[in-house]
Amino acid sequence: MKEFDLIDPPCITEELRMLREQLRRFIAEEVLPVADNWEREGRIPRPVFRRLGELGLLGMRHPVEHGGTDLGPVASVLWAEELARSGYGGLPASVLVHTDMSSTHISRRGTEEQKRKYLPDIIRGEKIVAIAVTEPGAGSDVAGMKARAVRDGDHWVINGSKLYITNGVYGDIYIVAARTDPEAKGSRGISLFIVEKGTPGLVVARELEKHGDLCSDTAELYFDNLRVPDSSMLGELNKGFYAVMDNFQNERLVMAGSSIGASARAIELTLDHVRTRQAFGGTLWDLQATRQKLAMLATKVAAARALTYSAAELEALGKDCVREISMAKIFACEVNVEVVNSCLQLHGGSGFMRGMAIERMTRDARIQTIGGGATEVMLEEVGKRL
Amino acid sequence: MLNLDQDYLSDEHRQFREQLSRFIAREVVPHGAQWEAAGTLPREVYQQMGELGFLGLAIPAEYGGTELDALATVVFGEELGRSSFGGFGSAVSDHADMAAPVIARAASEDLKRRVLPDIASGRKILGFAVTEPGGGSDLTRMKTTATRSGDHWLLNGQKTFITSAVSADVFITVARTDPQAKGGNGFSVFFIEKGGKGFTNGKNFDKTGWCSADMSELFFDNFAVPAANMLGEEGKGFYMLMQGLERERMSLCAQCIGMMERAITITLEHVKSRAAYGRTLWDLQAIRHEMAGYVSEVSAAKLMLYHAAARKVRGESTRLETSMLKAQVPQLLKRVADGCVQMHGAAGYMRGTEIERIFRDARPYSLGGGAAAVMLDEVAKLL
Repeated sequence: MKEFDLIDPPCITEELRMLREQLRRFIAEEVLPVADNWEREGRIPRPVFRRLGELGLLGMRHPVEHGGTDLGPVASVLWAEELARSGYGGLPASVLVHTDMSSTHISRRGTEEQKRKYLPDIIRGEKIVAIAVTEPGAGSDVAGMKARAVRDGDHWVINGSKLYITNGVYGDIYIVAARTDPEAKGSRGISLFIVEKGTPGLVVARELEKHGDLCSDTAELYFDNLRVPDSSMLGELNKGFYAVMDNFQNERLVMAGSSIGASARAIELTLDHVRTRQAFGGTLWDLQATRQKLAMLATKVAAARALTYSAAELEALGKDCVREISMAKIFACEVNVEVVNSCLQLHGGSGFMRGMAIERMTRDARIQTIGGGATEVMLEEVGKRL
Repeated sequence: MLNLDQDYLSDEHRQFREQLSRFIAREVVPHGAQWEAAGTLPREVYQQMGELGFLGLAIPAEYGGTELDALATVVFGEELGRSSFGGFGSAVSDHADMAAPVIARAASEDLKRRVLPDIASGRKILGFAVTEPGGGSDLTRMKTTATRSGDHWLLNGQKTFITSAVSADVFITVARTDPQAKGGNGFSVFFIEKGGKGFTNGKNFDKTGWCSADMSELFFDNFAVPAANMLGEEGKGFYMLMQGLERERMSLCAQCIGMMERAITITLEHVKSRAAYGRTLWDLQAIRHEMAGYVSEVSAAKLMLYHAAARKVRGESTRLETSMLKAQVPQLLKRVADGCVQMHGAAGYMRGTEIERIFRDARPYSLGGGAAAVMLDEVAKLL
């Protein structure tokens, strides 16, 4: 199949291009031949994380002194793009939660002791991390959170429940957000904790069955008098909401990145299909409407990619770019949904059949405009900053 | 939502809707999830529907049907769609409102007497087997052949994406009877019965949605069909089938309308009760406007559908209207279902949530029965 690639912006260095080659080879050789099994089993086998760890790919956002490579947000976008190019949305979902959405809290706000204790295993892929913020009554509206942590001597006792937690079933370490100040309203009075699997009171209530992203596991968690020591608090007391918001920037960048990678792959598959599919005395590619449809989709993907990399560069420079990252999240994820829908349409009836890549990619794309800040919530973030 | 019953429907239509909707609430919705898991509809559903007279709307009274008009097709489709089980709707409408009319229209008197009563009563399940691996919306690419041999035709070839291929007892199918003919000429339509030498069906397909209907392939290997089972004239099958397209499109669009109205109803319930940002989602203007937009667009589509059906009842052609409808309404359904998932948040991404199933079930309406792009070509031809 002919590859469909867009030209790289200058921020993608030679080092990142080599990293991409390595990752592309890994996906071709060690993911694609077996990923259908992962979809059926609803999980990515642990040795895959270990292999990614061996290749040095799980530490890109962690400090060098703790075993990471600290490559910054541009590398994160490229990483997300390439994982999603596999065409299995559960792969970037699960891996990015580990590398870019949860463990980054430890690197950003953890104590020296916490970093020493957890980061090496995380970077080697020995321990998998989940982030437990969303609740049944509080999704994009993080301030609606109800889980509570109450002080008891030198421990905290956590009660509540969390929903839609990626890596929640098979993960080892959970970054949990809970209210530590019951008097404080809204966004104030929330703190983060590091909770290890096996701690009494941490219950995986159920594994959720999803529409797509099937090879990533998603859990409902329940905390029943979960006792954790003081030393497990991550970052400052009552400042957890701001930590979550801060980390959201990276989370949104990688969601934009995975949307772009998936979109490019969908276009690649569809170009191959329409150039060979016979209809009306020629191929589908001979029809002007087909060519123009794919040309427009490719244009939108190129624009989404340019916007995302430019936002990642601003973030790397430490500029205030909440608006630009929100725009990238909105546009890249919406484009992804549009691209897979249109590509499925060009596949005709076969696009409705399980086992077809475009069928899976269409299901996988649907969460992109909901998770990590729904489009509507992102639009408000942009609106506030106009 | 816009109710057009007073403006367009007779008492008979309204009664039909009322009975069907009661049946669906009692006998379909409570069991639908089991049928989805099983991947097919139980035979008893057809029998129950047959006993209540729901399957005979395209069949004249003398063969056990009730023969209703195009507005009844709209009512039938809307209520099937409103069940929100797209698989149930597609299998039942294929049987009663798409394949049965072909027999009623083109079969010999003998054949009609022999098969239509069983179809009207739901004792036999009927499928419609046209699509082939290399020929979907472009029917002229069909490769299945039928060769005359004494008082039989020998069928050879393969059909795919056939709803009820596993569960149906009888099918309407199409094959090339004149290999020399070009374009739409040289095709003939046959009534075939499952079983017999040279007939096999594939395994049930695993699909995105429509899971309560089975779907698979049919294979013909020198499968002998009695000459008396040809429907309509030899070589004119393509044109005979085209006579049914308007009705088919109306049925599919009516299913889309029913499904959209259901999606909007449950989403309004959700956004009006879901707490967020200290109030409910409904307190947000963007949510209210989006829902208002969907209801407006669905109402416009519904009006056009009723308008087309009323014209059809008067005996006028609705080729333009039904092509426009089929080009646009399934696309609108995809948009509405997608928007409604979005308003449900991550819950809308979870299996077991009704809107999640609607979103999956919405997908094939713009692929089957003439893909959206093909419908636009149909419209353009008439401009």
